[in-house]
Amino acid sequence: MYTYPLLSLATALIDWSRAQFALTACYHWLFVPLTLGLALIMAVMETQYYRTGDNFWKETARFWQKLFGINFAVGVATGIILEFEFGTNWSNYSWFVGDIFGAPLAIEGIVAFFMESTFIAVMFFGWNKVSRGFHLASTWLTGIGATLSAWWILVANSWMQHPVGMEFNPATVRNEMVDFCAVAFSPAAVTKFLHTVSSAWMTGAVFVVGVSCWFLLRGRNRRMATASIRVATVVGVIASLLVLYTGDKSGVEMAKNQPMKLAAAEGLQKGGTQAPFSIVPGVEVPGVLSFLATHDFNGYVPGIQDQLEGYTDAEGNVHLSAQEKMERGKKAVEAFGKFRETHLSDPGKAAEARQVLEEHGEYLGYGYLESKEELVPPVSLVYWAFRVMVGAGSALLLLLVVLWWMARRGKLEQYRLLLHAGLWSIVLVYLAEQAGWIVAEVGRQPWAIQDMLPLNAAVSDLPSENVCLTFFLFLILFTILLVAEVRIMCKAISSHREADENNSNPQNQEK
Amino acid sequence: MKLANNPLRRVLRFYINGFRNMTWGRTLWILILVKLFIIFVVLRLCFFRPALSGQSEAQKQETVGRNLTRPAQ
Repeated sequence: MYTYPLLSLATALIDWSRAQFALTACYHWLFVPLTLGLALIMAVMETQYYRTGDNFWKETARFWQKLFGINFAVGVATGIILEFEFGTNWSNYSWFVGDIFGAPLAIEGIVAFFMESTFIAVMFFGWNKVSRGFHLASTWLTGIGATLSAWWILVANSWMQHPVGMEFNPATVRNEMVDFCAVAFSPAAVTKFLHTVSSAWMTGAVFVVGVSCWFLLRGRNRRMATASIRVATVVGVIASLLVLYTGDKSGVEMAKNQPMKLAAAEGLQKGGTQAPFSIVPGVEVPGVLSFLATHDFNGYVPGIQDQLEGYTDAEGNVHLSAQEKMERGKKAVEAFGKFRETHLSDPGKAAEARQVLEEHGEYLGYGYLESKEELVPPVSLVYWAFRVMVGAGSALLLLLVVLWWMARRGKLEQYRLLLHAGLWSIVLVYLAEQAGWIVAEVGRQPWAIQDMLPLNAAVSDLPSENVCLTFFLFLILFTILLVAEVRIMCKAISSHREADENNSNPQNQEK
Repeated sequence: MKLANNPLRRVLRFYINGFRNMTWGRTLWILILVKLFIIFVVLRLCFFRPALSGQSEAQKQETVGRNLTRPAQ
């Protein structure tokens, strides 16, 4: 029986490489959602200025643009480090994915980033220099460019979660794209994009609400703060409802493509029909998990043990046990090796090997696993991250509705506790964002590419000390950037003084 | 006069004036430049050398193919 040298790599190397990627992604995702969210809100406010000609909206939009600029400046290019890590720490993976991963990232870099960068200059430098209409268009296009950037990055991420539109070529050891649209518009990618971007809009809205509540608590910039809360709560409630809707879609996608992640998120060991949804350990609602996963209270949801031991779903489809998948995977890896040995010298034997590889190809990744237990992600982490995400998201939706209602009735400033809650909701929304990515990424372990390539095969053979060193370098760099952002942001917020109320006088409106 | 109305010159002047008139934005640009220097010069050149760099396409195929198929000795 074959064993593979990659399996004997020190666990420390894989763990440090994972930790480094997780650290970079977590920090990167502190900046991105605020960029996407503030882009929408400042564009809505500038649209108000364009429609009414009221300088108040111009000054309000400019204030939020200033905060957008700070966040953009600190966050820009932090994602590039993730791409460095692919080449250095995950070189087998980088080669194996071929152009499928490279194409969306290249489109992101060339089209979306340049669009964003061009119009951001007009947005910041163009006040009073270009027409109001052109400036407004630039503000919207800055946000659209940032959102398109997110699209392509999330297409690449979704492909790792649900690889489609490609064929594996054992001669080049690469996956080759055969259907661009299948990659770019797969239901998994569309759902992930909508869920992620709507959650970013929610983040932007909660941030604006939080800062505005701070102004109201201090009794400063009251008109701007109240108007901002009105706009942000509407954006936030709509975004939250979108998050709920797309979250439901994500659940169905997860049940179809990554049932182990769903089982881990629920801590579901033994599944079945009418599967219960766990609110916290010991408190369950019967049938709700089945409904969330299949939109049918009697739908079948496999648990962790079912997936390890094999099961037959409600449609009668037989799902192999983990052991059987691993055996087929090892045959695929063996055939892959034989093909590589013979494809230049003995076409006949190579064709035979290729046939075996194609026969067992869907289980290729399982051939690199040592034990079936490796297929189970860290259940506690995924379980609790899911609850933090959903719990925080629900609390934020409720808070946004209450704040919207109070702002509408003009009673917001009477409820200081509510203003404090609005301020601290900024922490809650970031917790929800980070927890969401923990569910998405930790939940799909051990796969770098679902069912095709586990981490132990994807990782580069590097000294773990090197990866450990760069982990701490990043920790220092990103922490400095975060502290810089928070300090500059706080200074910009605390030094802001609302323009003279007279600016809102119709006689002073720009024509 | 013609030169002053050249669209390229106007765009250039737009950017130059924009940068010149920045107040708080200067701090951010310094931050951006220092960060880009650290990312692209310090980290990229000193710490992040792609594991397959310097190899031809055929060599990369061979290396990754061996990594993903070679039985242990």
